[in-house]
Amino acid sequence: MSRFPKAALLAAGIHMALISPVLAGQFNLGREATPEEVAAWDIDVRPDGQGLPEGRGTVAQGEEIFAEKCAACHGDFGEGVDRWPVLAGGQGSLKSDNPVKTIGSYWPYLSTVFDYINRAMPFTEAKSLEPDEVYAITAYLLYVNDVVTDEDFELSKENFVSVKMPNTDNFYMDDRETTELADRRKAPCMENCKPGVKVTKRAAIIDVTPDEGAEPKGSLE
Amino acid sequence: MFKQEKPELAVPARRQFLKAGLTAGVAAGAMVAGGRTAFAEGDEAIVEKKDWAVYPGNGVDAAPYGMPSQFEAHVVRRNVPWLTADTVSSVNFTPLHELDGIITPNGLCFERHHGGVAEVDPAEYRLMINGLVDKPMVFTMEDLKRFPRENRIYFLECAANSGMEWRGAQLNGCQYTHGMIHNVVYTGVPLKYLLEEAGVKTNAKWVMPEGADASGMTRSVPLEKALDDCMVAFKMNGEALRPEQGYPARLVVPGWEGNMWVKWLRRIEVGDEPWQHREETSKYTDLMANGKARRFTWEMDAKSVITNPSPQAPITHGKGRTVITGVAWSGRGKIDRVDVSLDGGNNWREARISGPSFDKSMHRFYYEFDWDGSELLLQSRAIDSTGYVQPTKNELRAVRGTNSIYHNNGIQTWLVNSKGEAENVEVS
Ligand code: HEC
Repeated sequence: MSRFPKAALLAAGIHMALISPVLAGQFNLGREATPEEVAAWDIDVRPDGQGLPEGRGTVAQGEEIFAEKCAACHGDFGEGVDRWPVLAGGQGSLKSDNPVKTIGSYWPYLSTVFDYINRAMPFTEAKSLEPDEVYAITAYLLYVNDVVTDEDFELSKENFVSVKMPNTDNFYMDDRETTELADRRKAPCMENCKPGVKVTKRAAIIDVTPDEGAEPKGSLE
Repeated sequence: MFKQEKPELAVPARRQFLKAGLTAGVAAGAMVAGGRTAFAEGDEAIVEKKDWAVYPGNGVDAAPYGMPSQFEAHVVRRNVPWLTADTVSSVNFTPLHELDGIITPNGLCFERHHGGVAEVDPAEYRLMINGLVDKPMVFTMEDLKRFPRENRIYFLECAANSGMEWRGAQLNGCQYTHGMIHNVVYTGVPLKYLLEEAGVKTNAKWVMPEGADASGMTRSVPLEKALDDCMVAFKMNGEALRPEQGYPARLVVPGWEGNMWVKWLRRIEVGDEPWQHREETSKYTDLMANGKARRFTWEMDAKSVITNPSPQAPITHGKGRTVITGVAWSGRGKIDRVDVSLDGGNNWREARISGPSFDKSMHRFYYEFDWDGSELLLQSRAIDSTGYVQPTKNELRAVRGTNSIYHNNGIQTWLVNSKGEAENVEVS
């Protein structure tokens, strides 16, 4: 083969790379993140323990930190103050008319507790807790939810994934496709669909609508 | 605070005098003739000279950033104080009954924050992509604006929209029952371009967008969706995102629940499993009557609501020609048809859709008729391009019970009495 066709092919290849904009990494924009940068932001934790930092803390230590940094809103035992979220109790309530969804009654994974407290709590100073504090608080929340019963229980990176949450198995993937959509995709009735319609419920009776006369939020003034 | 300053013209003394004279004249006339009778020859809005027709108004710089007319001051987002402990983690609602067309003005788009509004300096804005990628990457705002941009119109609906209505009619006003939605034009970069820049590894299946705000919002999004139509947006309706909508950049997840559209987006991690974070376990899972819960219910089912008349927007003109209007949308495609019922769902007629019809965008419908002044039970029913017909609330409850909070897309009923006043009700 002469060298000409080869050079032509090469040129064609380069040309193609230049004109195909949506293939991987064609724009040459941005820069590589440094390991320090990734470490500073990559704080998320998964159910399999990926992302957990080194550390440990006991129920008793957690109780103290919780009393100091969390109880003002969530109550000493996670029972919730006023309308602030309830963190404990509610076991056995999920089928009732008043389901109480807490870490103990509802949350499927312990990693969620660690991850959320670590990133978002305490509410007025997020991301301020040390890993040992988060382990201790998480241990305390297991205790007030009766998932562990021993005050000396210590939670650590090592034993973390061995803790099983009571409600883990009660979640399932969205199944609307099979349970609902077939019923919804039927031609709708247009006439005489519901003779004798009656009013069954009225909002005026409950009357919880905010007063329109009251000063609204976000007005122009 | 915004107040229009009256312009100071070259002849202020004379102008003041004229104005004083006019006011005195009107007062005298009213005393003699008593209100409208003084203008028996015609409507005073016409025959009386109005200030605005006589005196020059504000100059061009009175409002460098323009605001609505002073007569529209009631058109605002409103919250429901009893819903949450604190406005920093709360929600307010879009005044749907005051709007028309399909676009929500930026200042009226409902707000939902979990840790207040983050004030992010765009000069310090960074978007990181890490995890299962060939090369973890950092992009600045300037970098983002060098990618090819797209403009697309999408609705964003909170999965908890109408969530207070599962047990029955509660709130009197479509602002409160349906106002956790907005529809704007986004300008941004397809997420696919950014992910490809980092090089997604072959075992990757999920991405996790994360917010820069105090709540550090995170959600797990399947990689397939991320590569399909997600985008990182920095403009809404042509201008920069509002701080409360995630300035300087947010994720757009078309057709899927609003909580996933992470605001103040600072990082996207690529992984092989979902993260099961708080907003996809404790929240945004749908508790069914049997105590089990659906998770990852991302798509927003087709839904519609009549915005006028409604409890906050009664019929005030009496019998005769009446316009019913409302909005419809679907997370699975376009809206093909909206039906309206005047009798609580016994008989239906097709409404008229007007305005652009886009995939996963709000649609505007109208139904015009001659009202005879009798009681109405108004309903609307959306049908989307997949053939999905919006169900009644009772049909939803039959499958899901009343504890699920999220994804209530049931048909809304307004009872309009002979005076034109509307109330949120449910029917048999
Ligand atoms: C100033 C009040 C306040 C304090 C103090 C506070 N929290 Fe919270 N907490 C909240 C609010 C508000 C939320 C809900 C935030 C939202 O809406 O996203 C919350 C949510 C939570 C949740 C999730 C609840 C659920 O059901 O999803 C956990 C867990 C939690 N807090 C733990 C803690 C811990 C641990 C501390 C102490 C380190 C703490 N909080 C301190 C106000 C507070």
